[in-house]
Amino acid sequence: MVTVEFTSQLAQHVDCPTETLEAATIRELFDVVFKRNPQARGYILDDQDCIRKHVAVFIDGQLLHQRENLDTPLGPNSQVYVMQALSGG
Amino acid sequence: MSETLHLGTRKGLFTLRRGRSGWTIDRVDFLGHTVTMLLHDPRSDVLYASLTLGHFGSKLHRSDDGGNHWEEVAVPVYPSGAVIAMPSFDPNVPPSTKPASLSEVWALETAGHDRPNGLWAGTIPGGLFYSPDNGETWELNESLWQRDERMQWFGGGKDEPGIHSICVDPRDSRHVTLGVSCGGIWETKDAGESWSLIGKGLRAEFMPPDEQFKQEIQDAHRLACCRSNPDVMWVQHHNGIFLSTDGSNHYREIESAGPSTFGFAVCTDPNDDQTAWFVPAVKDECRVPCDAQLVVTRTDDQGASFQTLRSGLPQEHCYDIVFRHGLDVDASGQSLAMGSSTGGLWTSDNRGDQWDLVNGNLPQIYVVRFGG
Repeated sequence: MVTVEFTSQLAQHVDCPTETLEAATIRELFDVVFKRNPQARGYILDDQDCIRKHVAVFIDGQLLHQRENLDTPLGPNSQVYVMQALSGG
Repeated sequence: MSETLHLGTRKGLFTLRRGRSGWTIDRVDFLGHTVTMLLHDPRSDVLYASLTLGHFGSKLHRSDDGGNHWEEVAVPVYPSGAVIAMPSFDPNVPPSTKPASLSEVWALETAGHDRPNGLWAGTIPGGLFYSPDNGETWELNESLWQRDERMQWFGGGKDEPGIHSICVDPRDSRHVTLGVSCGGIWETKDAGESWSLIGKGLRAEFMPPDEQFKQEIQDAHRLACCRSNPDVMWVQHHNGIFLSTDGSNHYREIESAGPSTFGFAVCTDPNDDQTAWFVPAVKDECRVPCDAQLVVTRTDDQGASFQTLRSGLPQEHCYDIVFRHGLDVDASGQSLAMGSSTGGLWTSDNRGDQWDLVNGNLPQIYVVRFGG
């Protein structure tokens, strides 16, 4: 099972609790999260469904550099962190 | 005169009330967050605040009870595949495009009394959106978006072009005029079904000589129209002040207006088509008040002459700039308010003859609006 955890900075705008779910890619993971929590989409993705410029996604400790590549694969027990980037604040 | 004043600032939405001893801050909402645009809808008494969050993008909130409770509503979203131009400064490299994504709601206006739930939003990077339902949903105005000229628009002050001024004609809500940086003046007479590029006579000093009167690249910093005579429109342009008396079809340049014709903001007296106010600065490459003295300039004769108003304003070592949405006049035409780039807020109850400092220590002020 994949675990996704969101920066606490998000909680002041939209509730995004830590979740454990089945997902093979970042896209699948977000699809599940946004289905339950549609408001979260606009906080994490931009209009063209790319990861926001000032949002950083870490998969098993590695920063996802390609904001548009949501097909990045996840491992069966991946840990995903959705953080605010240090830029943009 | 208005009893309420709203400020959108770098650190929140401030609401001020008029009391016996002047204006005082009554409440602060969204503390710590950047509020770049706001609107009080006089038709419904609803208040809107547009947040531009550094990490999480642009958000729109709505309050039906004067700010006691807020609800997040939808923001304009660019459709999949929408692109903006990426200008090339190398003649050997053709211009390219990049995906369009909402950067900021830069203008927010009611759509007229016969469209009670209608709102217009002008955005960076250049899309105009309409909401028929008080911000519950938004739709991109495709007829303007698809105009070929849009691909020649470029950013002025911001990296991407944006619509900062939306003037809805009080005589006919189908007639809407837009100011775009840098994209000129645009008009629809059929509620957005079709658009015309207008604004002949605007001059862009920042372009090569043969391109200076090209309408689609003009950098109108702010467009304002007179409510009682909407054919009278003023543009505070990147390199000067321009006046139109035929609904923005033709402009003439006002070559002298107090210490400088450079600035960002302009307001018109809603009841007197002779009067408009400006807040001058030195020039493009030196964006500070002339002689470090903050002044407001006012014409009472459609630009034939200007008074320089400085009473109550700082006259030594002042570096406050009033940006395009930082100056407002109330419905009476008597009260003015202006907020600055360094958090100064001044008000006047006599058309700018005398100003009072309300607070000099606020966060950067992006937008000042009476109402509510």
